[in-house]
Amino acid sequence: MSVNYEVLSNRAAPTSETKLKTEKVNLFYGTFQALRNISLDVPKQAITAIIGPSGCGKSSFLRLFNRMNDLIIGARVAGAVEIDDIDIYDKDVDVVELRKRVGMVFQKPNPFPMSVFENVVFGPRRHGKTNRHELAGIVEQSLRQAALWDEVKDKLGQSALALSGGQQQRLCIARVLAVEPEVILMDEPCSALDPIATLRIEDLMRNLSDDYTIVIVTHNMQQAARVSDMAAFLMMEEDRAGTLVEYGPTSQLFTNPKDKRTEDYITGRFG
Amino acid sequence: MAVTAIGKRGLTQRTAFSLLVLATAIVTIPVLFIIVYIIVNGAGAISWEFLIQPPSQAGKAGGIFPAIVGTLYLMLGALIFSLPVGVLAGIYLTEYARDNWLTRLINMAILNLAGVPSIVYGLFGLGLFVMAMHFGMSLLAASLTLACQALAMTITTSREAIIAVPREYREGSLAIGATKWQTIRHVVLPQALPGIITGAILAMSRAAGETAPILVVGAAFILPGLPGSPFDQFMALPYHLYTAAAHVPGMPKVTVWGIALVLLAVVLSFNSLAIFIRIRVRQRRFGL
Amino acid sequence: MLQRGASPATADSGLSMSLRRRWRLREKTIESWIFLNGLLAVVVLLGVLILLMREGLPVFLYTSPLKFLFGTRWYPVSEPPTFGMLTFFAATLWVTLISTAIAVPVGVGCAAYLAEVAPSKLRETVKPVVELLAGIPSVVMGLIGLLLLSPLVQSIFNLNTGLSGLTAAIMLSMMSLPIIVSVSEDALRAVSNEFREASYALGATKWETVRHVCIPGALSGIAAAIMLGVGRAIGETMTVLMVAGGALAVPLSPTEPMMPMTAAIASGIGNAVRGGLQYQALFAIGLILFLMTLSVNLIADRVLERQKRKFAR
Repeated sequence: MSVNYEVLSNRAAPTSETKLKTEKVNLFYGTFQALRNISLDVPKQAITAIIGPSGCGKSSFLRLFNRMNDLIIGARVAGAVEIDDIDIYDKDVDVVELRKRVGMVFQKPNPFPMSVFENVVFGPRRHGKTNRHELAGIVEQSLRQAALWDEVKDKLGQSALALSGGQQQRLCIARVLAVEPEVILMDEPCSALDPIATLRIEDLMRNLSDDYTIVIVTHNMQQAARVSDMAAFLMMEEDRAGTLVEYGPTSQLFTNPKDKRTEDYITGRFG
Repeated sequence: MAVTAIGKRGLTQRTAFSLLVLATAIVTIPVLFIIVYIIVNGAGAISWEFLIQPPSQAGKAGGIFPAIVGTLYLMLGALIFSLPVGVLAGIYLTEYARDNWLTRLINMAILNLAGVPSIVYGLFGLGLFVMAMHFGMSLLAASLTLACQALAMTITTSREAIIAVPREYREGSLAIGATKWQTIRHVVLPQALPGIITGAILAMSRAAGETAPILVVGAAFILPGLPGSPFDQFMALPYHLYTAAAHVPGMPKVTVWGIALVLLAVVLSFNSLAIFIRIRVRQRRFGL
Repeated sequence: MLQRGASPATADSGLSMSLRRRWRLREKTIESWIFLNGLLAVVVLLGVLILLMREGLPVFLYTSPLKFLFGTRWYPVSEPPTFGMLTFFAATLWVTLISTAIAVPVGVGCAAYLAEVAPSKLRETVKPVVELLAGIPSVVMGLIGLLLLSPLVQSIFNLNTGLSGLTAAIMLSMMSLPIIVSVSEDALRAVSNEFREASYALGATKWETVRHVCIPGALSGIAAAIMLGVGRAIGETMTVLMVAGGALAVPLSPTEPMMPMTAAIASGIGNAVRGGLQYQALFAIGLILFLMTLSVNLIADRVLERQKRKFAR
């Protein structure tokens, strides 16, 4: 059985510069090991997709990079996770500062039940920006970047919950952009959206990848093939701990996988 | 791993959290202080005689036996009159009621019953049971009054307990040909029983501590003996405490604290029992 | 939903017709009986209202409602008697306002701490203590106010007597804390975790998340908690009866002795001639008290309903 994936060939090969890096990373929830020995270099200003069957720890892996796993009681990380060669699990690292640099978009659009405007300025306000004029500028710029400005510029004062699902997700992206991060983590950002909204988000991701380092978790392999430059395939081992099976340029992973398990997965034999 | 923040925002966070801790301390420390204070100051009055003798010299000497018994009668009375109807109302709301205006009205009534001031229940009991129904200033009138007040609680707790019974049990019973009432009687109620009992105990504990209603419906400060029938007058711990503390000149302080200690012991032991049962049930439900 | 009278078809073979008819009759009887009990809450609530009106409204044949509400002279046994309840109303207002002013920041702060910050071990220890507080009978709280707090208030504020509206309000604030804490905590917990995560992911600190996401999200629930606390403070009787001082003048300052509406009923009803004017007047106060707490509770209910539809998902 052969599956044809449309791999965008016009993408320049990712730069060799590494933005994020994990080295022999292990993640535990209490006694349960969720991730085992994952080493991975995420290139700068490119899109890296994490794929794999559900439950293999894709989201947990993604959440290593902004330390969202910290919020889970009993979570423990061994090994190194680095951003620009700085270990983010070091005691001296300010988590708040880290999350400013590493933004995150969630699976389900989760705008706050406030106005569109207040949603976008939530981050900047927390980081000390109070000048109304400056904030208005940030809102416009972020919404433009998120390709949402034209649709909402007349209803900035309205509740964000009145927007459609796709608009809400782009608002969440704008909310992240307003903080001016360097990295954007996306945890299955389109899984709650219809196909048209999904395509818009994918376009947006491509545009953003010129300036930002993007890591996206997706269960949709077409999507991974369409948007990503690099792809990593994760799988569960016997004890349900996630491990990295294969990692490489998307074109290669999808057309010429080195590992039998990768091939089985992308040709749809399991998962 | 905690979310730590550094710098000015970290300082703001630490200050804010200290204030929250302070608020929590303000809530908890006085409670513990009150309980310890009453135990320490009341323990001196507690003796066998204090517990089993009737009062003498306007309550300054002797014991509080009739008040203890009166309170137990009231708790029992409130339970007898409020529990069966409370459970049946709970059954109605969970098993029979449809989502219509009547159900909404009933739920609203329950909610508001819980908020009616105790003194107003007292007036209600005085007007209805003492006067209109000619029960007089009696144990019966007081029990009925306290039962009305406990109604909201017995209905709510029964309803919650019944809702918590999994649907599958009901379906299983109906599927083998049991009628609806048989299902409720033999499947739903036994499952909901611990929750219902918890509510009943809480209602009794509440009835034991209530003062304003029985003050209006007519508790007596001093009676030589125990009430011989439901139509007799009665003594009760909270009213005895109120009168002893506020209206008897020269009342020994230790006696007042002693009465408070006995009342607190009755109320809190029933409360703890209810909490204990609730925890046990929850553990059993989660298979711990 | 369960089906009414669901009976399997196989029942026909084993059971005689008469037995089945008896079963059906029994079911119907039980159903009606349960229905009547279901109505009881409505009956009691209406009963309270009707009784208070029946016993209380006749006083307005003697004195006008305006005089009753806004008069400041309450002389039930002088000749002729006058009934003006403004004194009591003002006292209730003072005591409720001050106790709410104390209880709200403390209660909401405690709830925020328990719901958002406290480690679960600590929370499991503190919550029973709050429940314990809810269990202490009001007469015991009155005793504490009478014997322990009032001397303290007297010396701190240099008063003639420590039995004052302020003293009562402090005790009342303690008594309304449990409901404020537990309802606010529930409201905070109902705020979906998605919002917390989104806030953290944007680099907000924990406190900023509590302050700008959780508390705004739980606001209507917290408002309802406050209303319920206010309802308790308005209706509480024994504590204010024992501690507020019971003075019959319109209180201008919270440190004065005063007599809230509940205390006025409790202290007057024992001496009132059954069915007499004073008796009717006290029932009329009871009616007003009932309507006050009823509206507070209805508002709280409305607000809580709104909360459910907002930050929770």
